[in-house]
Amino acid sequence: MNPSVLWRYGRPALVLLIAALAIGVPLWLVAVTSAKPQGEAVRPNLDLPRHWQPASNYEDAVSQGEMLRGLLNSLLVVVPSVVLVLVLGAGAAWVFARRTSRLVSAAYALCISGLLLPPAVVTVVMELRQLGLANTRPGMIAVYTGMYLSTSIFFMTGFIRAIPFELEEAARIDGARPARIFVRIVLPLLRPVIATATIMVTLYAWSDVFYAFFVLGGGERATLPLGLYQVASAQLYLDNWHLVFAYVVVMSLPMVAVFLVGQRKIVSGITSGAVK
Amino acid sequence: MTQTVAPATSRPAQGGPRKPGRLPRAAVHHPWWFALPAIVVFAGFFLAPNLLNFYYPFTNWSSYHSDIAFTGLDNFRTVAEDGSLLRAIRTTLLYAVLAAFFQNGFGLVLALLLEADTRFNRFFRAVFFLPVLISALATGYVFQALLDQDGAVNSVLGTDVPWLGSTTWTLVLVTLVHGWKWMGLSMLIYLAGLKGIPGDMLEAARMDGAGPWRTFWSVRWPMLAPAVTFNVTTALIGSMNTFDIVQATTGGGPAASTEVFNIYMFRIFGQGLYAQATAMSLVLFLIVVAVAIPLVVGLRRREQLL
Repeated sequence: MNPSVLWRYGRPALVLLIAALAIGVPLWLVAVTSAKPQGEAVRPNLDLPRHWQPASNYEDAVSQGEMLRGLLNSLLVVVPSVVLVLVLGAGAAWVFARRTSRLVSAAYALCISGLLLPPAVVTVVMELRQLGLANTRPGMIAVYTGMYLSTSIFFMTGFIRAIPFELEEAARIDGARPARIFVRIVLPLLRPVIATATIMVTLYAWSDVFYAFFVLGGGERATLPLGLYQVASAQLYLDNWHLVFAYVVVMSLPMVAVFLVGQRKIVSGITSGAVK
Repeated sequence: MTQTVAPATSRPAQGGPRKPGRLPRAAVHHPWWFALPAIVVFAGFFLAPNLLNFYYPFTNWSSYHSDIAFTGLDNFRTVAEDGSLLRAIRTTLLYAVLAAFFQNGFGLVLALLLEADTRFNRFFRAVFFLPVLISALATGYVFQALLDQDGAVNSVLGTDVPWLGSTTWTLVLVTLVHGWKWMGLSMLIYLAGLKGIPGDMLEAARMDGAGPWRTFWSVRWPMLAPAVTFNVTTALIGSMNTFDIVQATTGGGPAASTEVFNIYMFRIFGQGLYAQATAMSLVLFLIVVAVAIPLVVGLRRREQLL
């Protein structure tokens, strides 16, 4: 058997097989279970529902899980965090990428240390209490921004270093001041890496339940994942797999949408930012 | 000769009305205040808590005391004596190593399978990226439904295996789930690395008569070094900070065999024993530093060797 022929026909077959088993089966399970009545869903399996009731499941998940409130809470926390991470991160990355003094390298190293170091989640709660920000959205936004700045600074600094310096120099000779150069030249060039950072940070913050538990706690301001966790552990959804999975679907759709919109850019952003 | 003269004459022209030589060029063109807000927020809400984390573990801070007093090593003694400290260290390190191994292994295989830029491959790259988009908590619930004794896997296989009930193997299964969730991201980064290998280098290898295996091990794998550095570091260090997947699949059980640091902190914090939770947080911090520094230095050196 010629190995190149084997590869030509074997590879797509292998890809299909892996995709069906690794991605198809779990997604199928979620899809069919979220359309089943409770009696059929108690023991989750891959069978088609004998009785279809997707509409009422999704309705129950939305009303019992307080999903609309959760969705609003998630948006109110995630959107400002992402904007701050991008704007503050871009400014810092510009300075870090273009200046070369020892102080700048030290500040850069410190600012990307968050890529490796674990956030001290318990003492952050202490600090927020002293600042009067415990259990508030601004507190949560501050924590997310502090935590994910490292990611955006790291990606953006790598990217800016690859942008020819002459572009800035030309604008400077035309008399543009730093703020103008930053807004008119640097930010537009950053588009692909901004897309990458947006998707990564949105993804982390949107899915986070750990830090939200410590900072926001439950109740009024609970975000979507916190809502999913609370109802799942409050026994409301115990063995109610049909509702859990309806919740999972609704919660995941916004992220899939964000990815589909920014798909092409995330790849170019990763290529130029991370792998250098 | 002209080289030494040129900068001296060009400086005043560039500086404009500013007195020449008063500020270095960089400070004029890339002023610090662009970086300052980021530094302040990062220092205030990331570095400061981590510094505080060197103080609170030595206090009796909890929901049962109105004021905080210094108590020395009591918290560390408690977690060491009830066995949770060593168990958490062992579990977390094992989890991180296995999760990084699976995530990178799956990611690299997928990247090699989907390397060529065809429409078929682009579609399946997106398919394999899907798990990254689903929250880790949701992933955990999906796999709990699959692996439960009453779950889908047993119903398909017609078996009755308690997948999530083994004190030895459940940890491995959970790291497999972790690898499944993040393999799409590793795949993208390996794809980016593969794309960065110059075509003429592969051409040259083929001209020299290298087969696919030889090309992979002698040319592509060494050229992938930066992608490996990034992937292994982020996967290993990131999975030491794991929480959601473990909480949703096992909740730390059975018999605390999957109780990683963050699960422990979450549980103890919920009981109001804040200082004890910070003690564990400090130990996690120190372990991450101890693992991260040699890892990054070692992998960087490996990149330069090749």
